[in-house]
Amino acid sequence: MNADLRSTGEHETLLQADDLSKVFGGRGLLFRRSRPEVRAVDKVSFSVRRGETLGIVGETGSGKSTLGRLLIRLLDPSAGRIVFDGRDITGLAQGRMRKLRHEMQMVFQDPYGSLDPRMKVGAIVAEPMLVHGAERSGIARRTAEILEWVGLSPAMAERYPHEFSGGQRQRIGIARAMALDPKLLILDEPVSALDVSIQAQILNLLRDLQRQSGVTYIFIAHDLAVVRHISERVAVMYLGKIVETAPRERLYAAPRHPYSASLLSAVPLPNLRAERQRKRIALYGEIGSATALPGGCRFHPRCFKARLVAAAGGVATTALSKDVVVPSRCTDSEPPLADDGNGHFAACHFPLDPNGAEARDSAPFAAGQSRRHS
Amino acid sequence: MQRSSPPSSDPSAAKAGPRGPVLELRDLVTRFPGDDGPLSIVDGVSLSVASGETLAVVGESGSGKTMTFLSAIGLIPPPGRVTSGQVLLEGTDLLTHTPEQLRAVRGERISMVFQDPLTGLNPVFTIGEQIVEVLRAHRKLSRAEARKKAIELLERVQIPDPGRRVDDYPHQLSGGMRQRVLIAMAISLDPSVLIADEPTTALDVTVQAQVLELLAELREESGMAMVLITHDLGLVARHADRVAVMYAGRVVEQGSAKAVFEQTAHPYTLSLFRGVPSLDTDTAQDLIEIEGQPPDPAFLPPGCAFEPRCFLGQGRASCQATRPGLQPTLGTEHQTACLHSAELTATRARA
Repeated sequence: MNADLRSTGEHETLLQADDLSKVFGGRGLLFRRSRPEVRAVDKVSFSVRRGETLGIVGETGSGKSTLGRLLIRLLDPSAGRIVFDGRDITGLAQGRMRKLRHEMQMVFQDPYGSLDPRMKVGAIVAEPMLVHGAERSGIARRTAEILEWVGLSPAMAERYPHEFSGGQRQRIGIARAMALDPKLLILDEPVSALDVSIQAQILNLLRDLQRQSGVTYIFIAHDLAVVRHISERVAVMYLGKIVETAPRERLYAAPRHPYSASLLSAVPLPNLRAERQRKRIALYGEIGSATALPGGCRFHPRCFKARLVAAAGGVATTALSKDVVVPSRCTDSEPPLADDGNGHFAACHFPLDPNGAEARDSAPFAAGQSRRHS
Repeated sequence: MQRSSPPSSDPSAAKAGPRGPVLELRDLVTRFPGDDGPLSIVDGVSLSVASGETLAVVGESGSGKTMTFLSAIGLIPPPGRVTSGQVLLEGTDLLTHTPEQLRAVRGERISMVFQDPLTGLNPVFTIGEQIVEVLRAHRKLSRAEARKKAIELLERVQIPDPGRRVDDYPHQLSGGMRQRVLIAMAISLDPSVLIADEPTTALDVTVQAQVLELLAELREESGMAMVLITHDLGLVARHADRVAVMYAGRVVEQGSAKAVFEQTAHPYTLSLFRGVPSLDTDTAQDLIEIEGQPPDPAFLPPGCAFEPRCFLGQGRASCQATRPGLQPTLGTEHQTACLHSAELTATRARA
């Protein structure tokens, strides 16, 4: 039932996830206490082509960071399959996985927490090369090269992480991740802790490294504008599921999932005239919890489109409360992530029209929304 | 133009609003001891905000934007100290107040909401108890009356089912709801000025939009003045009437939102606009970077603090010689601390 996002033809797939799931909690092994089950990632399927950047956006609780950790096997999936470079790595033992880590690396949000404060920067960057058995003689030269590549001076190898600013520390993190010339870099909120004037430097650096090395990126972030800038394709996550994925231009110009449309409309533009003319689509309530997922489409309690479709009539409906009525399909069956024939996938029974007019013109305006959260 | 005479007799103040500025900072200086003498973290800041108006204060970390307002309300952490200037709240200088007088003013006439909604709430008391405590510290109310008022306040900040939620503990609420509770506490005594310091930075974008709309509604209803401290230029575009941009402890540009966005007069402001990806930037181009990083207050250059990073002034003798003060540009209400702002007109035209 899950749509298959395997690439077709000319591009080669580097990484593929099939029905990948991660469930936390449930029955404790030791004391047999039952904690609520959290389906952090719930049957997610997608693929990434060699050399491209796939952006993954979502709010807190969407499962995007968990997904990143599953892909690189920092967490073990509860179900599903990960194929990296033609090889099933789902059940690979940690020892063999470590060997594979030179081909897939991760960069984290917090450049403070992810660098060992007692190691000199040169040693931090060189460590992965030592672990993977590079020749010692070559390491010093390679370290200097990489530091220069990420915009740091090779002389900085003799200094400690605390002597660097946040932006420089993120450069060190990237240098370390790139040291072994990986095929895939998973970047989890790599610029969100940085000042705005530093974000541009790091985003430009990442694009530059990709142009030079052909490395593939999975770029996970909550900032839709940052993701738009760096990604060729974008996947939107909501409560553990990918609800929409499409080439960048199409997703941003004409989102088909009501959640994506609401999310995009909530991002303020740093442009006075454009921003004050813009409307924000009503989004009801707050993101739900992965411990108590709504049945059917997990977005239906907050969805403006479901309310519009129910109000227009002609479909069987279900009342969620006194004044909220949605189509029964939305509460009863989970919509599959379906292709519109152009590589634009949306998991919605009633997707928005493909030219973007619907999100622009008929979605309800948030400023007039009811003061009660339904 | 910075007002140099008392607000009541200043004609330019009358333009800002029917009652003139509610809060006015004049030449505020806050120093922290450094290894080689005191460092001015807030370095001669003058700002004002009128009733019903939103002033956005924009800057990166270390620009002094938070320190400016902590100084203004007497919450500067030691060993920091306000060394000169005036903080006029409805005409009286808060810097002459005793700590007891300041405590009475805070919450009552001026209050502040911070970024992290969890640290602002005590985890062992219900949100109702915490609001009641604020109310009873300032007003003669019985417990029952205060609780009733607390429920009304929760309703005003649009918390669903306030009669039940009032007995919740902070951990039972989402981040957005906790921020609403802090806003309820901040407005509980009907202050004339609300200072919101990155109130939505920790929140998701959809929740952020809801919380800021709430703040805008409250401001309209009550006519209070609002200071929105933020680094997000999108939020500034959506919510600000006037904008002050800070860099290295000083205001480098201020004016109406329209002037600052459309006739940007400081290279730092313009660099921020050009370097931040937005939903409408051209993704084929690399972002225009600001070189280097914000300066260390212990090593400020003698000239303009932005000169080492500036596309306009880098290496220019005039910029390296003295640190420029705020000067009016076209209109007196729009000021910039740049010697060469006239050259920006050409840059803007190309952009």
